[in-house]
Amino acid sequence: MRPLDNNMPIWTLYGLKRGVATTRWPKRAGEDGQAELLGMPRYHPEICQENCEECVDSCLPGAIALREKPDSTGRLTVDYGRCIACQLCTEVCPVGAMTPSNDWAFGVRERGDLIWTRAVTSPPAQELKGKIKRVFGRSLHIRHVDAGSCNGCESELQALNNPFYNLHRLGIFFTASPRFADLLLVTGPVTYAMRGPLLETYNAMPKPRWVMAMGTCAVSGGATGGGYACEHGLEGILPVDIYLPGCPPNPAAIIEALLLLLDRREQKVRGGRVVN
Amino acid sequence: MNDTVERNSTPEELPSACKELLRVGARMQMAYAWFPEPGTPTEVLYLANQAPHQPFLLLRCRLSRMDGILPSLAMISPLLGWYEREMQDLFGLRFAGHPEPHPLVLHEGARPPLPPLDPRYQPAKPMPFESAPWVLPAIHGEDIQWLPFGPVRADVLESAQIGFLYIGEGILHCHPRLFFKHRGMEKRFEGLRPEMGVILAERVSGVDSVAHALAYCQAVEGACECAAPARARYLRVLLAEMERLYNHLHYLGHLCHTTTLKVGEAEGKWLEERCKQLNARLTGSRFLRSVLIPGGLRRDLKVDGLLDQVNALKLQIKAYTGLLETTNSHLDRLITTGELPSQTAFDQGASGPIKRASGIDRDLRRDHPYAAYAELAVNVAVRKEGDAHARAQVRIGEIESSLRIIENVLAALPDGPIQAECITRPGREGLGWTESSRGSIYYAVHLDQSGRFARVKIKSPSFSNWRVFPFTVHDSNMMDYAINEASFGLTMAGCDR
Repeated sequence: MRPLDNNMPIWTLYGLKRGVATTRWPKRAGEDGQAELLGMPRYHPEICQENCEECVDSCLPGAIALREKPDSTGRLTVDYGRCIACQLCTEVCPVGAMTPSNDWAFGVRERGDLIWTRAVTSPPAQELKGKIKRVFGRSLHIRHVDAGSCNGCESELQALNNPFYNLHRLGIFFTASPRFADLLLVTGPVTYAMRGPLLETYNAMPKPRWVMAMGTCAVSGGATGGGYACEHGLEGILPVDIYLPGCPPNPAAIIEALLLLLDRREQKVRGGRVVN
Repeated sequence: MNDTVERNSTPEELPSACKELLRVGARMQMAYAWFPEPGTPTEVLYLANQAPHQPFLLLRCRLSRMDGILPSLAMISPLLGWYEREMQDLFGLRFAGHPEPHPLVLHEGARPPLPPLDPRYQPAKPMPFESAPWVLPAIHGEDIQWLPFGPVRADVLESAQIGFLYIGEGILHCHPRLFFKHRGMEKRFEGLRPEMGVILAERVSGVDSVAHALAYCQAVEGACECAAPARARYLRVLLAEMERLYNHLHYLGHLCHTTTLKVGEAEGKWLEERCKQLNARLTGSRFLRSVLIPGGLRRDLKVDGLLDQVNALKLQIKAYTGLLETTNSHLDRLITTGELPSQTAFDQGASGPIKRASGIDRDLRRDHPYAAYAELAVNVAVRKEGDAHARAQVRIGEIESSLRIIENVLAALPDGPIQAECITRPGREGLGWTESSRGSIYYAVHLDQSGRFARVKIKSPSFSNWRVFPFTVHDSNMMDYAINEASFGLTMAGCDR
């Protein structure tokens, strides 16, 4: 084809011909684009065997640990706030007490809800729900700060604006200036060099302001936290309103978590598992 | 080390040894240090590649004392300048005659009590740090203005600070400050078993998960003298090319974003999304993670129906890239933007599509084949112009080549096992390499006597390409900056590690 002086009309036509690419999810279930994606492994303490530490030994971020004293919740502590969904535990468990699943909508308001417990008690955070609706109506402006991610989380955040997810349709926008931001969305384990810029960004945001820890690194440090250069995510650095573990969380999981913050979606996970 | 010809050198002999390597047409690839035993002086290794299908060249230089000084080779092979500064920051080594002896990987103000990569340094919390100003070039002239941009930048971008010295629209000098995202990934491998390290390698640079993990696995396999079975080698190629595909489509979409070609941006990113959804169906991960392991693959892949999906994509990609290449408003912004001369590309260490867009015809898949590339034809796209357009054209060429390779893999995919036993051999060393979508990746692994890692060195393409990038920005203009940066397709995570 020869270059044309102006082929903008061709692009317009091209765009029109390609039709609507945007999913109808979350309004319509099942079209979230995450078919066959592996999420957090499911823990089945009732079949977990004594004298076996296979999963503990194969868990790089230490999400699975042996309890000193086994109690009614089983022999292991399973903390999905540390899980990077590497699936190793599901492969090494000799009895199938860790099984692959597509449970990925792991956004929660309380850190404790990411730890497996038998009895699910924590009530919905009513206070925040009322407040955020009053302040923002239903729209949200986000300032993202990369505090040392592997770029996987950024890749999925950038995907939110592709035609399939088209985040704008939900009234959610990324903003350049922290002055216009309602939500600080943090990725990465917080490196020593990004700690200062992160806190400066937070301090530049007007109140009321909210914080979301996106990705297992930001929630707990995951596989990259600690050492000579990193903190353990936002633990002890900023107050967190929404925790979203995942390595990285997929775009639909990010949307679920953002809508949870806005009280437009119910929290799916309590006590370390999907309950509704 | 596997696939290398080794030579020992004293510190004094290094400059002449390096000159000799360059004279025979070799190119330095990386340099790194390690402590063969804790508390003893370091050994410094320099890796170079020579002609295609020849073994790599490895220079070893063992220091005789802890506070030894090495001669800087930065004036002989400029690309080594950054590796030397990295060793200075992380190993406390000193290099005599270095033209830029400032901190690089650690920011000014970081005060580790021991060099961070010293095995005796096992901190419970991050090293002490008080932010301090960074070393800038001296400025003369009243009209010159200073614009620091970042590390928190507009849009969803990785953290980095770019400093500009400029007059009006004209940029005199571009001075990036990187390594805000330095996580100490190399140290994190220490003490791990090889089968666990792959989980970490997948998280060095998320969008290059396969390329990193594969280079890692091949390094371990080199050290342990095991080989992946044929089916696994073919499927590794499939994974690597699927990764190249979504990265290059993202690249084209993002490039359109900077030239404000809106439909082109949407289409590139929509095609990327479809590739990622395909990745998830194939492996359970949009980033193709959790499949590779030393010795082969963790599980077999369901490739039924993949060919149809790829063929459907192929038609759309062809229409898309064809339209991009005939859109004057887009091409006008790319042609002559950010020109990188071939010599600068070679000397400063440009890698991958960047060097191939500047006329350097090298690709590890063809020249030093790994996995099943020796059995598959790899077309290497090369351009001579060295501008943003050439960099985009090389990537378009690589997309076409990737699609062909995927077809060929699916046509020739052998049956059989997907994993061979890979028994850890204590005290051994291994080298692995891959050609990622951004350029060459090298992993050098050193196992200790208990079969755990004593040292893992990662050479990532963005480390090389970030070093080169400012040479295309000096003496350019502000309006072209974003386009030029996008045309390089850099990541921070890989560079900073």
